[in-house]
Amino acid sequence: MSGPSTYQPQNAVLQWFEKRLPIGGLIHSSFVAYPTPRNLNYWWTFGGILSFMLGVQIITGVILTMHYTPQVDLAFKSVEGIMRDVNYGWLLRYLHSNGASMFFVAVYIHMFRGIYYGSYKEPREVLWILGVIIYLLMMATGFLGYTLPWGQMSFWGATVITNLFSAIPGVGEPIVNWLWGGYAVGNPTLNRFFSLHYLLPFVIAGVVVLHVWALHVAGQNNPTGVEPKTPGDTVPFTPYATIKDGFFMVCFCILFAWFVFYVPNFLGHADNYITANPAVTPTHIVPEWYYLPFYAILRAIPDKLLGVLALGGSIVILAFLPWLDTSPVRSARYRPLFRQFFWLWVIVSVGLGWLGAKPPEGIYVILARVLTVYYFGFFIVILPLLGIFEKTKPLPNSISESVLGAKA
Amino acid sequence: MTKTLIALSFAAFVAATVPAAAQEHDTPQPPRLKWTFSGPFGKFDEAQLQRGFKIYREVCANCHSMEMVAFRNLADAGGPGYTPAQAAAVAGEYKIKDIDDLGQPIERAGRPADHFPAPFANEAAAKAQYGVAPPDMSTLAKARTYERGFPWFVFDIVTQYQEQGPDYIAAILKGYEEPPKDVHLPEGGNYNKYFPGHNIAMPPPLQAGQVTFDDGSPTTIDQYAKDVSSFLVWAAEPHLVARKRLGFQVMLFLIVLAGLLYFTKKKVWSAVH
Repeated sequence: MSGPSTYQPQNAVLQWFEKRLPIGGLIHSSFVAYPTPRNLNYWWTFGGILSFMLGVQIITGVILTMHYTPQVDLAFKSVEGIMRDVNYGWLLRYLHSNGASMFFVAVYIHMFRGIYYGSYKEPREVLWILGVIIYLLMMATGFLGYTLPWGQMSFWGATVITNLFSAIPGVGEPIVNWLWGGYAVGNPTLNRFFSLHYLLPFVIAGVVVLHVWALHVAGQNNPTGVEPKTPGDTVPFTPYATIKDGFFMVCFCILFAWFVFYVPNFLGHADNYITANPAVTPTHIVPEWYYLPFYAILRAIPDKLLGVLALGGSIVILAFLPWLDTSPVRSARYRPLFRQFFWLWVIVSVGLGWLGAKPPEGIYVILARVLTVYYFGFFIVILPLLGIFEKTKPLPNSISESVLGAKA
Repeated sequence: MTKTLIALSFAAFVAATVPAAAQEHDTPQPPRLKWTFSGPFGKFDEAQLQRGFKIYREVCANCHSMEMVAFRNLADAGGPGYTPAQAAAVAGEYKIKDIDDLGQPIERAGRPADHFPAPFANEAAAKAQYGVAPPDMSTLAKARTYERGFPWFVFDIVTQYQEQGPDYIAAILKGYEEPPKDVHLPEGGNYNKYFPGHNIAMPPPLQAGQVTFDDGSPTTIDQYAKDVSSFLVWAAEPHLVARKRLGFQVMLFLIVLAGLLYFTKKKVWSAVH
């Protein structure tokens, strides 16, 4: 995707085809000849892992759809039918439900890596914002998917989350009824959630294409945050990045398989093995683990509208990161203060996740408020000020120098 | 410096949350039992599942449905180990409501493809006796759990402890006691040590000696609780054995592949390092 391709097929048929549609050249320049910084570490393999997980989710999802019935009286039974009677149905469903979690594990690591190494900074702002859009779409898709088995947590999670829109003054109530297709979460809600859950992954795939395109225009960032200057600073994508990505993807699959085969229900909620019952409210309504930090922020704020705004703000603020971070130095390697505030922010985010699973009472609420203040403070106060006051360490002259030392 | 900071904030976090977590446990945690199906090589004990099925049939099934399970499942691989003929014979002992060729409602003998019939005609009828409908037992062992608390729930990923369901069910079956003096239960309530809130609608379902076993296993409540809980795990996760077996093969494959890719990667990169 970067400039005219040097790809020259040997085969006559391929030459004929290439003259008419140069798709071989596109693949060659994007995934073979594409120069990648030679100093990328394993945190850079998660982009590939994420593409792989999107593929896993779409393939397992399409097959699950062949056996699933989006109707309130049949949805739970059809999922149990998949688990019991469809050949390897249990495998497909556990791959899909745990795959969603693994997708989020990978995306969180990918985002933390981007923040740590300043990958959102000029000229990669659009690349970063496209990533935030993919993340938002993933959250929507995950939420919609979690309602489909129509268990207790599906139903009540959908009720709580859609009800957030009722906080909007004036039009809140009509919006919620419009989302539900009725006056409560019911069959129309399940139908439209199913439809959208099938649609959004393909929208994600589309934005992923834009994300990769933007990446190949700006080029990858790297652990030093110094742009490649000479051909010696880069290596071709194939074989170097492909083999490294491939190796770590298989390592990631070991983790994935551990969950699928050995603790497949660990990341789910026991209540979701009870059929949805609008007459019985579960004691604690808890969303999926990947939303818990934001759920904690929502409940930390006593006012419903402000809580919803904080919840939205905590995600949307990521899109403004390229301008909130005023430091000209990208990588945390050369930013001693930023590094500490960053790790504290990671701990705070994980802590908020833990608090999101706790009942909103007593010490949990107080802790959630303290952590929420730091979460936002990191973006709004610390990052802008750090750029002005932080004394950064000297940057290496080039990637080669940082890898090979002074001899380069 | 960064590491100290991480350690300090982690310590502060744990210190702040431990008292809060301790308050939650006015209900004791169910004791952890030994299950044949736990761990990476876990398998069901056929004799235990057959005993558990007998308890289900003679006791639980009077109130609890199990509508996702079919009679044919009794003969499935990795289950209680009945032959297809035995499963068909069990089915034949049940009466199934159906409609004959002339459209008249009839009751016929069960067939292997039939599912276990529900004891009550509808939810209202199920509610009538104890005020709440007895839960369906098809997924019960996965639908019940107890809070493990931090940090134990993290360790559970590595130790593969996922038998919270059967531990909880077995504890409930054994947890009936005289209520403490300061506890007043509402009419029809039963005191159970392990039930959240202690007031359970279900009266003590099992008495020692109530169900007889052909294999000479003790007819105690402890034995019943364990056998029927194992049976419920099978009912909720009938492909558990196949899952763990395939899991081991997949793990071996992935680890070998990762090793090969690691050395390939080293060889490829040796030129540039």
